[in-house]
Parts: sequence; structure tokens; C-alpha cells
Amino acid sequence: MTTATDTRLDSKAPAGPIEDKWNNYKADVKLVNPNNKRKFKIIVVGTGLAGASAAATLGELGYQVEAFTFHDTPRRAHSIAAQGGINAAKNYRGDGDSVHRLFYDTVKGGDFRSRESNVHRLAEVSVDIIDQMVAQGVPFAREYGGLLDNRSFGGAQVSRTFYARGQTGQQLLLGAYQQMARQIGLGNVKLWNRTELVDVVVIDGRCAGIVVRDLMTGQIQSHAAHAVVLATGGYGNAFFLSTNAMACNVTAAWRAHRRGAMFANPCYTQIHPTCIPQSDDFQSKLTLMSESLRNDGRVWVPVNPDDRRAPDQIPESERDYYLERLYPSFGNLAPRDISSRAAKRAVDAGQGVGPLKNGVYLDFSDSIRRLGKNVVEERYGNLFEMYERITGEDPYTVPMRIYPASHYTMGGLWVDYELMTTIPGLYAAGEANFSDHGANRLGASALMQGLADGYFVLPYTIGNYLAPMLNKPMPDTSHPEFTKVEAAASERFHRFLSIGGTRSPDWFHRELGKIIWDYCGMERTQQGLEKALSEIPALYDEFRKDLRVMGDGTSLNQTLEKAGRVEDFFELGMLMCRDALDRNESCGGHFRAEYQTDEGEALRDDENFAHVAAWEWTGDPMAANRHAEPLNYEFVHLATRSYK
Amino acid sequence: MSHIENLTLKIWRQSGPADGGRFETYQIPEISDEASFLEMLDILNERLINDNAEPVTFDHDCREGICGTCSLMINGQAHGPEKGTATCQLHMRKFRSGAEIVVEPWRASAFPIIKDLMVDRSAFDRIVESGGFITAPTGGAPDANLIPVPKAVADAAMDAAQCIGCGACVAACPNGAANLFTAAKISHLNLLPQGQAERYARVEAMVETMDEYFGSCTNHGECEAACPKSISIDVIALMNKDYRKAKVKNRKELSRT
Repeated sequence: MTTATDTRLDSKAPAGPIEDKWNNYKADVKLVNPNNKRKFKIIVVGTGLAGASAAATLGELGYQVEAFTFHDTPRRAHSIAAQGGINAAKNYRGDGDSVHRLFYDTVKGGDFRSRESNVHRLAEVSVDIIDQMVAQGVPFAREYGGLLDNRSFGGAQVSRTFYARGQTGQQLLLGAYQQMARQIGLGNVKLWNRTELVDVVVIDGRCAGIVVRDLMTGQIQSHAAHAVVLATGGYGNAFFLSTNAMACNVTAAWRAHRRGAMFANPCYTQIHPTCIPQSDDFQSKLTLMSESLRNDGRVWVPVNPDDRRAPDQIPESERDYYLERLYPSFGNLAPRDISSRAAKRAVDAGQGVGPLKNGVYLDFSDSIRRLGKNVVEERYGNLFEMYERITGEDPYTVPMRIYPASHYTMGGLWVDYELMTTIPGLYAAGEANFSDHGANRLGASALMQGLADGYFVLPYTIGNYLAPMLNKPMPDTSHPEFTKVEAAASERFHRFLSIGGTRSPDWFHRELGKIIWDYCGMERTQQGLEKALSEIPALYDEFRKDLRVMGDGTSLNQTLEKAGRVEDFFELGMLMCRDALDRNESCGGHFRAEYQTDEGEALRDDENFAHVAAWEWTGDPMAANRHAEPLNYEFVHLATRSYK
Repeated sequence: MSHIENLTLKIWRQSGPADGGRFETYQIPEISDEASFLEMLDILNERLINDNAEPVTFDHDCREGICGTCSLMINGQAHGPEKGTATCQLHMRKFRSGAEIVVEPWRASAFPIIKDLMVDRSAFDRIVESGGFITAPTGGAPDANLIPVPKAVADAAMDAAQCIGCGACVAACPNGAANLFTAAKISHLNLLPQGQAERYARVEAMVETMDEYFGSCTNHGECEAACPKSISIDVIALMNKDYRKAKVKNRKELSRT
């Protein structure tokens, strides 16, 4: 393993006590005069929480903003599917919450693999997010007196989660989308819909713009800008089956990686504990049931693996409420990685339930008895309905069946404190970057991070980069580099069309996903990862020889779009396995079977692995260079995570 | 697990906006009742690619009934036969063996067909851009609990805010009207205390933008029946009331003098 510390990986975290860093930064940051902002063009790719909030705020500030989405409208971005809620250190419950506690919970939840300075800033701005979203009209859940309601989530002992029924992501995204729509109406933001990024252009060491494909006409086109923000989400669909939407992909981040942006911690993937178990081979995606359900649902399996009785026929004494037994103080609200592995252990031990014995029960009967059906319906009604639509079973009378599934990726483009990648002028925000969640993300923190980056971080940090560039000439799209990148992109799509093989992109994606899930999923071993690293390149070879894409490249062609995305998943899949193989420890979502405690918990190696692994593209995805950003914990004491 | 057999699909195929389009017939010999409607189309598309034919283009994304990307008129019903359910959440167990299923795109002049079953719904964005927001630039918001919202008000706003922007209301309407969509957005914001300052300007701008693209409402109520979020047409009454008030008081004119 080669691990070099690289000067490009300077986090640029400001000096000073942790609670002053962000204020110190803001006090020193270079500003762009309001009248000069209109001289700068900023491209924002992706219109989820991070992208829409960034585009809206940058537009309000007076920059010329162009927003790109491959969807028909910005409101389709996958942030919309987040169910449970958004954390903020408001301490409205008076239950002992504070910025420091949210900061500490997040660092601990991430298994001490995140950057302290970024996480503290996140906790600080969390309170502003709630104020901002309420002012915009997000209909958060309320108490009868009119004040905001809260609930608790995994990995925390306070109630700090704000929510809008089971549709918090939808309501927050609509809030951010509406702010952006206002700027579009005012002419400050220009929207490009059904337009997909296919490459990033770097000139003289700076990001100079992007190359996109118009999905309606297949036309390849360049856009120049002073700065580019990628807010393009995570890469959970590398597993094929995940809770991500069908179109979620790694292409934007991966294309940036191939142009010099380092990719950090690709092996940190989150497997969400509460999804509906797979029912058949043709299944196209898995459906998440919000973690908030664990507030009132109790997880159990029959003690006896051969128990075939209906759940309500199994007496209390023959049930194993394993989360309550193993983690008494957090119980059913243990963090996601811990709950997921506990479910896997139960199913692997043969205690799984359901026709395929591939799930565990999440039982609401106690809560219904204690609170009444009405209260449970009020809290989770829409989730229960969704469950019934998919499975045909009524969770008010029969316990839900759940099993872990790929859900979120903590890894992503490496960014510094300013959210800038290793390509100057190229930023990454939201799930697309790696910065705040370490090796495991806590529930209700993704929405918080996306909005923090877009509303409250980027608008400050981008100015710091742009200010010195005022009135300096910028390359436009007639620069030969743009022409070269455009030609390469056209050639690539032409190549997919001309292979003329026998298998569809979906077929390859499914096969690739199986390999990654089997060997780089919930549990990894050296042997398995080595196997994956021989199987993925072989399958990739086949992809390049045997792909079949029908239709042409000059009109809307969903199969062609998919081919490009699947190819990028191949290269990423190799890097995920490389990263998992080189990280000889277990931490958060990265569980290497060789490194565990006697009780089967993750065993970290702080001596050798308290660092971020940032990978540099070399032209061969199997031979990427590994660099390290050391994680120095000045304010948090490194401890073994315990939720007992 | 059981299967459904011998389905006949009649699917609208249209290679582009300029093409006239036609129905084509496909046989599905067997499909699991656990499959969703869109998974059935995925399987059909895999088969078409295997047979060297172009797969059917259709819009879809989250497959959880929340992003609003999916559409489809199934046997003449927007999002198919199950009430309060988007196409992506419709499962094959709702169909019988031997059935004939007609699959069409949304049909409305404001939603031109792009290809096969995919339409362009960007007119919805134009409506939101004209006023579907609360002006609250980032940075200056007061503490969230300084604006108490009675629970009943927050719940009513949330009922309206659930709209996923799929366009089923327009597709189901004999006039191709977008009143349910527009009224849902207006009601969400006009019910909340934060939305009061722009209440009448909002309704005026949004209704008038809606009228540029869509047909007029004649109270059929088809929209409510088709809505995958079961949004009530009561929101249209609220919109009409606010629009009338805005026009009577003519706030635009008054503010100019």
C-alpha cells in the first residue's frame, strides 16, 4: 500500500478554538463587491438540496448562475425521497442539546473518521437552516401551541430532529426549489433541464467549465464559468439494488475525478437498516422505510430459527429483541451501521423472517397499545400505506419485515474546508463530497449537510476564490481544450452505439452490482475484495465488447444515457474495492471481518488509519494512487464507539 | 408467490414530437404479482433490446411515489386503477390474467409528447417561477419558533404541499386544466402565516401564468380522483376565493398609486 501525504490535501481549516473557526474564517474571507458579482458566472450541477440551495443563494447574491439537471424539472432530485427529518441543535426540547453535542454525536457517529472543523461548522449552521426553511414556508410538524415538534433519531440521546410527516426531504427540496424558481423568474438563475454533465474542463490548472449532453437531442455542448459546483449526489447505485432513485449515478463526480479531483474514502458506504426485503430477482430497486420508525417500532427475530409460527403466535419469551438486548442504552435507536450488521447476523444465523427468511421484524404492536392507533397513524401513516402497497401486508396488524440495503455514500470527492476539490474552482457539495460524515452518517444528517453546504457555506467560500479573479480574462468555450473534451465525449457515446453486442447496460449493471454487494457490501474480507478486483475488470472487458445500445445518439435515448453511467460505475467499483482492501481496519460502514472485537463490533486502528484516503486518477482505475489527509483530533477524544 | 398470465399490452409508440404515433401490441406471457407495473415495463424493455428492437421510453425515477417523475395513462386512468397511488407504486397483483392493458402518455396540449410515453411538463415550473414561493433570501430569517403556526394550519398546509407535480390532474381533466396543481401550491403557501405578505400577488401571478398554458376548470373533479396524493379540490375553492379578492381589491393597481 502506498500512502503519501500530499500538499494538495491541505484542509485549509482555520486556526483557533473549534467554536471560533467558522467565525474567524468569515471575518477574514475575501469578498466580492455586490456590483462585481454579476461579472462572475457560476455553474451548479444538480438541483437537489445542496444544488438548489446553492443556486438560489448565489443568484440572490447577484452572481450569474446556471443550474443543470438531467431531470425534467429540478424538483425531481433524489433529496425528495428523504423521509425522516433534519437535525438541528436548537434544543427546543430543553433536553440537553447544544452545538457541541451535535458536533460530538456526528464525529462519534462517523466513527472518528471525519474532519473536526467541517463537522463543527455543520453543527453551528444547523440552527440557521431551520430558521431559513421555516421562513420559506416549509410545513414542519407542529405542537398544538404552534411551536415546532421534534423527534429522536438513531445515534442521539436528544430529540433534535425536525420533520414534515414522513416527507421531510420532499418539503425541504420544494422549499429550496421554490427559492431557486424565484431566482429563475427574476432572471438571476438560468435553468438547463434534461441536460447531463458528461465531462469537466480544466485549463491551466483551474476548472474552466463543463461539457454537457442535451438528453433530448444528443447534442454535446460546452459551458464556461469562473467556478463550478457539483452537487450531484452519491454513488449508492453502484450496488444496482439500493434505495437510490433509478437515475442516481456517479458520472459527474467520476468525470471530475478523471480530470484530477481526488476521490476520498470510496469504501465508506452506508447500508440502511430499515428497507423492505427483496422479493424477487427482477426487482429494480429497494424501498426504504424511514429510520424514524425505530422510535416506536421494536426490532426482533424468533429465538428459534425453525420457528414457523405467525409473529403474533410467538410468545414474548421466544422473541429476541436483539438491539435492546445488545445495546440497552440506545436500544432500537442504535446507529445505522450497528443496527444493519446486527440484522445481518440474525439473518445469517437462520433467524430471518418472511417467505425468503431474509428480513427481521419491526413491530409496532406495543406502541399501538401504548399510544393508540391514531397517534401511530399520525406519525407514520404514509409510511405504513407505502409498505402495504408494496408488500400487500398491513403493518398495523402484522409486524413489518425489514432488511438493510445500500442507501447513502459517505465517500465522495475530496474537498477542503471551503468545499473545493483538488481542482481549483471546482467545488463539491452535499452527498457528492466526503466531508462531514466520516465512516458512517447519522440519520437526519444528510438533509442538514446538503442545505448547510448550499445555503450557508458555499456562498461564503466561493467569493474567496473569485475575488482575486476580478476583471482577469477567462477562457471561453472556443478554447481548444473545450473542443478537445467535446470531441472525446462525442466519441465516447458513438463508441457505445457502435459496439453492437448482445447485452443491455442494465444487464451489466445488475451483474456488477452483485459483485460489489457480495464482496464490498455490509461485510468485507481481504479474500473477497481480491476476488472482486479480478471479477470487475473481467466483466468490464465484456461490457466494452458485448454492450448493446439500440437507437441513435441524436434523439432521446435512455439506454445510451444508462450506458455512460454504468461505465463510470465499473471504474468506481474497482476503486471502492481497492480502498476497502487497503483500509485494514473496521470503522463505521466499512466492516472488514478480519478486524472485529470479540463481540463482533468494528475494530478501528487509529494508529495506522486515522486518515482520509484520497485517490488520484492515473489513467488506470486499477492503479490509482492513494494519498492521505491525516485526521488530527484536537477537540474530540478518540474513543471506542459504544452504544451499550 | 403467484403469477399473472397472458397480458396484452397496447403501448403508444412515437419516435419524436414530429411523428404521428401509433399503438403497438406486446404480449406478456407471465409476470409475478410482486412485480410493479414499471418493473414489468423494464422486463419488456430488456426483451425488446434482446430482440434488437428499440425499448419503450418512459419517465420514472424514485419508484417510491414521491418524485413525481412517472406518469402513464393506464386503461384511460392517470396512474392506473389504484386510488391514491402513483404508477411506480402500482403492482401487478391489481391485474387479472388475460387482461388487455392500454398504456398511453399524458394527453394534454400543455404537455407535448417527447417520445413514446414521455411528455414535457415544464409548464408547471413556469407557474411556480411566477409566484410559488415566499420571498425569504438566505441569511436573515428570525428564530423558527418566533412564527408559531397552529397545528391545524400546519396540517392543512402540509396536505396541500404533498403535491408531487406529476401532472395526473391535468391528464385526467377533460379540459387539460392545471387548477389542482396550481391551487395546491397556492394553498400550501397562502395558509401559512409566513405566506401572508405575498398572498394576493402570488395568487394573481400564478393563476394568470397557469391560464397562459392550460385549459379552464369546469369542476369535473377528475383531478382529485386521479391525484396520487389524494389532494382535495377544496384547494381550488381557496384559490378562487383568493384570486377574486386579489382582483376586487386590485392590489397591483393600488400599489402603483
